[in-house]
Amino acid sequence: MSAGGNEGQPREPAPAPGGELAGAAYQAADGTGVGILIREQAGRELHTQDMTLNVGPQHPATHGVLRMLVTLDGERIESVEPVLGYMHRAFEKLAEYRDYRQIIALVNRHDWVSSICNELGVALVAEKQLGLEVPERATWIRMLMAEWTRVLNHLMFVGSYPLELGAITPMFYAFREREEVQALMEWITGGRLHLTYCRVGGLKDDLPRGALDMSRSLVPRIRARLDEYETLVLGNEIFRARTRGVGVLPGEVACSYGCSGAILQASGVAEDSRRTEPYLFYDQVEFDVPTGEHGDCYDRFAILLARMRQSLRIIEQVHDRIPPGPVNVKLPKVVKPPAGHAYVRAENPLGQLSYYLVSHGERTPWRFKMRTASFNNVSVLPWLLTGALMPDMIAIMGSIFFIVGDIDR
Amino acid sequence: MNDLLDDFWVLLVLKLVAVLGVFLLVPLVVGYMEHKVMAHMQARVGPMEAGRFHGVLQLVADGIKFVQKESIVPRAADKWVFTLAPAVALIPGILVFGFIPYGRDLVPIRSDVGLFVVLALSSVSVVGVLMAAWASANKYALMGGVRAAAQLIAYELPMVLAAAAVAMQAGSADLAVIAERQGSLWYVVYPWQAVGFLVFGAAALAELQRPPFDMPVADSELVFGHLTEYTGLRFALFLLTEYAGIVSMGAVMATIYLGGWQGPFLDGPWWLALKVFALAFLVIWFRSTFPRLREDQLQSLAWARLVPVALLIILVAGFVKVV
Repeated sequence: MSAGGNEGQPREPAPAPGGELAGAAYQAADGTGVGILIREQAGRELHTQDMTLNVGPQHPATHGVLRMLVTLDGERIESVEPVLGYMHRAFEKLAEYRDYRQIIALVNRHDWVSSICNELGVALVAEKQLGLEVPERATWIRMLMAEWTRVLNHLMFVGSYPLELGAITPMFYAFREREEVQALMEWITGGRLHLTYCRVGGLKDDLPRGALDMSRSLVPRIRARLDEYETLVLGNEIFRARTRGVGVLPGEVACSYGCSGAILQASGVAEDSRRTEPYLFYDQVEFDVPTGEHGDCYDRFAILLARMRQSLRIIEQVHDRIPPGPVNVKLPKVVKPPAGHAYVRAENPLGQLSYYLVSHGERTPWRFKMRTASFNNVSVLPWLLTGALMPDMIAIMGSIFFIVGDIDR
Repeated sequence: MNDLLDDFWVLLVLKLVAVLGVFLLVPLVVGYMEHKVMAHMQARVGPMEAGRFHGVLQLVADGIKFVQKESIVPRAADKWVFTLAPAVALIPGILVFGFIPYGRDLVPIRSDVGLFVVLALSSVSVVGVLMAAWASANKYALMGGVRAAAQLIAYELPMVLAAAAVAMQAGSADLAVIAERQGSLWYVVYPWQAVGFLVFGAAALAELQRPPFDMPVADSELVFGHLTEYTGLRFALFLLTEYAGIVSMGAVMATIYLGGWQGPFLDGPWWLALKVFALAFLVIWFRSTFPRLREDQLQSLAWARLVPVALLIILVAGFVKVV
C-alpha cells in the first residue's frame, strides 16, 4: 500500500519521452522547419491521446459550482484550469448600496459556514473607522461565538473530506456534533446558517440565561468526540495511504500563492492573525498555532482537528472571563463613519479574511473590498494538481477546504 | 410423491423456481440489511416507514419506484449494447446460484468443476460493466469501465489461486464434495487456508467493486462510473447485480471455507444462509469504515501482495497433501 505514496510527484508535466530530444537533435542538423514538424510527429507517436474532462460546475466532488478544466493523459493530470465565477454575486458592489447593518446581513452569505466570523469583520472595520470602543462583554461574547463558528466550520470539513475519499461514516458523525453546536447557536442568535448576531458597536442581544452553561457542557463532549475522529479517520490505514505524501505544498509556495489558514499552517508556517496581529482579546487567551511537518493532505486534515482543539481551549478560557455589563453601544439609527479608510484582517475558519473600507462619510461605504480565504487557497490548485493522478485530484481538492461562495463572492 | 420428483421436467421446474426465488429474495434482504446496519453504524435509524415495521419493505418500494421511472438512453449511446448490458451483468449472477450446494442432496446443478464454473461466471458480470461503460458515450462511465476491467484482471488471479489451494486440499473441484469434506473441520481453521480465506475475501470484495475497492463507481471522482447514464429499471438491475454478487460470493466463500450447509446442529440450508449473512455483514461493515484505495494502490496490493501470498498458500497446501 505504501508503494502508492506520491513523493516523487513531478511538478511539471513530464516531457514526451524522447520526443523533445530527438526533435532538438534533428533541428540542429538541418535548422529548418522540417525538424519541428518531425518533432511534432514524434511527440504524437509517443503520446497517448489526451482527454479533456470538465470536472464541474456540477460534479459531486466540487461541493458547489467550481469548474476544473482537466487535461488527462490516462489517469495522470497534465494541466488544470480552475474556472471560477459561476457563483459570483457581486458582493463588493452590493455592499456599496447597503448601510452597515445591511452589510452584516450580506457578508455572512459569502462563506456560509463561518457567518459570525464574517459579520465580525464588518463590525470591526466599521468600528475602527468610527473610532468606537466596544463594551468588554460584547468582545468576549464575540470571541466565544467566533470560536464556536470555527468548530462548526471545521466539523463540516472533517466530515466532508473523508467522504470524498470514499468513507461515508465520518460525515454523519460530524453532523451529529454540528447539530449540538448548532442548537446552541440557534438558541443564542435565533438563526442556524445566517446568524446576523453582530452589530456595529456590539451585539444584537445579550446571551440568553443558561447559554453559557450549555456552552460549558458542550466543550468536553465535543472534545471527546474529536478523539473518535482521530482513531476512525487519522488512524485508518487506507486514509493514510491516500493522503500521506499526496499534494505536498511547501511553505514558500503556500506563501507565494497567498494561502492562509489550515493550508498554510499544514505547510509549517505558524501564521494566524489571532496570534500575529491579535484582534478582539485574543492576546489575553492562551492557545497554540498548530503546524504540520509535510504539508500533505494528511497534515491539512490533522491541522483541522488540532485547530478545533485549540478553539475549544479558547472557548473554555472565555467562559470564565465574560464580565457583566452592556453588550452594545447606543448608536443612532443611521451610522455614518467619517471619511477615510480602514483595514481589518481576521483569522476566519478557512484562512485570512480582510475587509478594506473606504468611506466618504455617508451611510453606505464608497468602496468595500473583500479578501476571502478560499479564493487564494484555491489559486494554488493548478500548482498542486499538475502531474497528480485523477483520484489524487479529489484528495487534493478536498484538502484545500474551500467554500465556493467564498471564492466567487 | 417420489415418482413425481424423479421426473426430469418436474424437477427442473422446481429447481428453477427455487433458484429464482433465492436469487430475488436474498439480495433484497441483504440490501435492506445494508440500509439498516449502515444506518446504525452511522448514528442514524435508516428507513422506518415502508412496510410499517422498521421499513422492511423499503427495497420493494424502491423497486416499484425504479419501474415507474423513465428509461433514458443517451442520444450518443450505442443503443443495443446499452440496453443489453444490464442483462449481461445480471444473468451470470443468477446462474451462480444454481451451482451452490444448499444441502447434502440439495445441489441444483452438480458439476465436477463447480468451483471454477462459479468463479468464471461471476467474472462474466464485468463484461456487462464494460459494455455499459463503453456504450454510455460518457467519459466518466468509460473511465469507470476501464478501472473495472483492470481491477478484475488483477484480482481474478489471487482469487483463483486461493480457490485452487482449497480444491487441492479437498481433492476435488466439485463444490458439493468440498463442502462435504469439511464435515469434521472447516477449511478456514487450517492456518494456510485461513490466509487463503483473507486473500479470497479481499479479491471477492474487489471483484464485487465494494468499498474499499469501489473505484469503478467512485462517486466523488467518476460520478457513478458505468452507472452514470442509467436510469429506471436498468439501473435497478445493476443494483440487484451488486447485491446478488455479495450473496453469491458469500455463498461460495461459505461453501469452500466455512463448511457450507453444515453446522454444529441440524445440517441444512439455514446454516449456509447464516454464514452468507455474516459475510454480508462484514462487507457492509467495511463499507462504513474504510475510504477507498487509489487505483495504483489497488493494483500493487493485488500483484505485489495477494498473488505471492496465494502462491505460497498453494505451496503449503501441496506440501501438506503430499506429506
